[in-house]
Amino acid sequence: MVISCNLGIVFIYFLQSKPITPTSAPDEGDIFSEEGSYIRSDVHHATNGLHSDEELDLFTGISLHRCTMTRNEWELNCMMENIMHSIFVFKIAWQAETDHLKMLYHIMVKCYLSHQHTSVQSLEATVELTLTNTTSQGRREIIGPTASACNTTHVPNSILKPSIVTKTMEELEEEESGDQFELNIAVTNPEKIGDGMNAYMSYKVSTQTTLPMFLNKTFSVRRRFSDFLGLYEKISAKHSLLGCIIPPPPQKSVVGMTKVKVGKEDSSSAEFVEKRRAALERYLQRVVAHPSLLQDPDVREFLERDELPRAVNTQALSGPGLLKMINRASDAVNKMTIKMNESDNWFESKLQEVENEEQLLRRLHAAVDSLVNHRKELCLNTAVLRKSVAMLGSVEENSALSRALSQLAEVEDKMEQLHQQQAFSDFFILAELLADYVRLLGAVRCCFEQRMKVWQRLQEAQSTLQKKREAEAKLLWANKPEKLQQAKDDINEWESKVSQYERDFERVTCTVRKEVLRFEKEKARDFKQHIVKYLESLLHTQHRLVKCWEAFLPEAKAIA
Amino acid sequence: MTSISEDSDKEKVRSVSVDLNNDASLVIDIPDALCERDKVKFTIHIKTTLSSFQKSEFSVPRQHEDFIWLHDTIVETEEYAGLIIPPAPPKPDFEGPREKMHKLGEGESSMTKEEYAKMKQELEAEYLAVFKKTVQVHEVFLQRLSSHPMFRKDRNFQIFLEYDQDLTVRRKNAKEMFGGFFKNMVKSADEVLISGVKEVDEFFEQEKIFLLDYSSKIKDATAKAEKMTRSHKNVADDYNHISGAMNSIAADNNTAFKKTISVCVLQKLEDRVASDQELKLTELLRYYTRDIQAAKDLLYRRARALADYENSNKTLDKARLKGKDIAQAEENQKQCLRKFDKLSESGKKELTSFKARRVVAFRKNLIEMTELEIKHAKNSMSLLQGSIEILNSN
Repeated sequence: MVISCNLGIVFIYFLQSKPITPTSAPDEGDIFSEEGSYIRSDVHHATNGLHSDEELDLFTGISLHRCTMTRNEWELNCMMENIMHSIFVFKIAWQAETDHLKMLYHIMVKCYLSHQHTSVQSLEATVELTLTNTTSQGRREIIGPTASACNTTHVPNSILKPSIVTKTMEELEEEESGDQFELNIAVTNPEKIGDGMNAYMSYKVSTQTTLPMFLNKTFSVRRRFSDFLGLYEKISAKHSLLGCIIPPPPQKSVVGMTKVKVGKEDSSSAEFVEKRRAALERYLQRVVAHPSLLQDPDVREFLERDELPRAVNTQALSGPGLLKMINRASDAVNKMTIKMNESDNWFESKLQEVENEEQLLRRLHAAVDSLVNHRKELCLNTAVLRKSVAMLGSVEENSALSRALSQLAEVEDKMEQLHQQQAFSDFFILAELLADYVRLLGAVRCCFEQRMKVWQRLQEAQSTLQKKREAEAKLLWANKPEKLQQAKDDINEWESKVSQYERDFERVTCTVRKEVLRFEKEKARDFKQHIVKYLESLLHTQHRLVKCWEAFLPEAKAIA
Repeated sequence: MTSISEDSDKEKVRSVSVDLNNDASLVIDIPDALCERDKVKFTIHIKTTLSSFQKSEFSVPRQHEDFIWLHDTIVETEEYAGLIIPPAPPKPDFEGPREKMHKLGEGESSMTKEEYAKMKQELEAEYLAVFKKTVQVHEVFLQRLSSHPMFRKDRNFQIFLEYDQDLTVRRKNAKEMFGGFFKNMVKSADEVLISGVKEVDEFFEQEKIFLLDYSSKIKDATAKAEKMTRSHKNVADDYNHISGAMNSIAADNNTAFKKTISVCVLQKLEDRVASDQELKLTELLRYYTRDIQAAKDLLYRRARALADYENSNKTLDKARLKGKDIAQAEENQKQCLRKFDKLSESGKKELTSFKARRVVAFRKNLIEMTELEIKHAKNSMSLLQGSIEILNSN
């Protein structure tokens, strides 16, 4: 055990002291390249300046978990082997690129994964880790490992870390060894069930996964829209208090659904169903992309269980629905009255950023919407022109010209189809993405608000504690010993509450920060992906256009 | 006040009709034009070797109304009844861009500076396009007159070209305008009556049927083409808004910046495609709508002459029956017959050449339009590919 501890220290020491260079690695979530913007060039061995919060968590995680693992002999051997190998590799690749470290990580990670569910209740922290909130930028630094590492110094904050660390590790795991553990979700086959006003659309949710926590590799269930909303309610109730960003579900639409219910079999209701299906799919994909939400048993149940109990409190006019509305109103009022004493500028500037971005995205979304509409109009007009040109061609007496004109009509017909498809992709690739992100940014704001609420609770507790202390002081002065005991008990109670809330606040702050970073990364990736897809669709359209016109050219030239 | 000057683009702009300036003895073009408020002043440049003109090369300023006067006088000239008279150029219409400029001014506060500047640029380009179009149409009118063997000798045409002072005195005043309007109404009523007249000549019968049908179809096609190009312009405008909005986002997000570039470029291309289509197809259709109308007018005149001839025949018969005014009636009838024959003969020639001209013009325009579409589509393809590569490598 001592050996492993020492190796562990050495390991961390080596890893920490390597100056980390940003590489242009692909967006695989490589931990060393992703936080490029946070890199400090002045790395100092003594201070072991770690370069990002993610890394910190990781290292903490590794050390902590390795400690538990080392208790198991089999694991010990495995770990030792790996560490030795890693260090050996590392020594050789001292000046080498990040790729080697990545490889190293793969090894570490794979090892860890085999013990995924190991609980980390008891810590034998072989490395003394102190987490302090020091700099004004809110960055954390590790005060390095000491030689007397075998003390099991109980560091309060580090207890809180495990669950979050678990998440980080899993997140890494999902990103790095992406092909090893994956989860694909598709929402397909909308079917109308029932009739009249009680009808509803049922969607097939199919999951394909290699994650061990699910019973099968592929399975599917049927769900309806209110089930999705119910899932959101459940997740929201549990996780939003921790400061997670919860993806919002697609919006209700009374008009759209009524049309479907009534049974109008026209293109607009088909479009509505398709829009909703796509939105539900994106929603689920976002939910499972979030590491802690994926672990939630409710999510698992949603994906696996055959019959879900009907989620009735998602209806707008139900009791809980109204209650929710009232709560929301009171929240809004609260928001205006709380002025948080922000010790951390990062949060303030981030919130501002988020709000600005929401505005801009809204504007962009409006512009894209009008683009979609105009393109649809263009489509209609092209169809009308086609008919007109065809008629003209039929009247024309010069046969070659007549033929050319009717060919022109054909070309216009194909253009119409192209425009139609382009409008389709405009909408589904671009407009929906933007709408989603406007709502997601709203969720991010909620997240910040949660933090504020926790802070407010802490403030209240602190002021109550203050009052209790004053009361005690007064009692002491008034010399009433019977009540004194009561007062002392009160004070103790509130002191523990205050410390509890303080810890909560710390935890929420940390979670929010991490969530925001993760969100931003995902957002950049999402946007890029969609923009590329959109540009590709435009390219495709232009390509087909060229073909159409090139086919027409000889006809035009043949006019005599 | 905007003015344009000769540029190589004009060759392309002058696209509707075939090249009419191939006869060097009288070469007319409009190199310059000024736009003041509502009026457009064209500077017509004439180069001639004909002796009937005083100078061999000169320029003269004219307004749109002068063109209309010239057209009307030619129409009223009896001699030219058997010819297809080139249609008068339409009044310069800056309503569209002007309205947009107005709206832009109103919405200035809601846009960013770059977006405003860009929209302004777009509007100016549109204005310029309308401007070029109207110059071209006027030019073609004059060129058709100059290339036609009969019209180029017309006295009024010469006056139009040479008279170095304002032609205001010769323009219609209100009374004449009203009279003209009334005449038009009578004419259309007449047309309906005359279309019932039995046609002796097979050729003209066919022509009549064809032209009537064709004119309605082409009018329809023109309207639809206009609508389509308008929607295309809307799409291009939207891209402008999108790129404006993306520009604002570009500040913080690196990826977005690249987006902006590609979308901006796309918008430029969409716009270009829209204006090219507009020019080629719509203009072609528009021009021929008017031309067909002129051809129809010819037929009408001929039919009128035929009706006159038949009337004179009837009068002659009546006179013969009554026994008086025979000589006069005979003279009248002979005159009508002569007129009718002349009209028929020149009418046939004109209509045949008109057919040929129309086919050639259509061919030219359709080819040019297709080639432009292909060029633009290929351009945008390469741009898109470039942008995708940049984004992917990032």
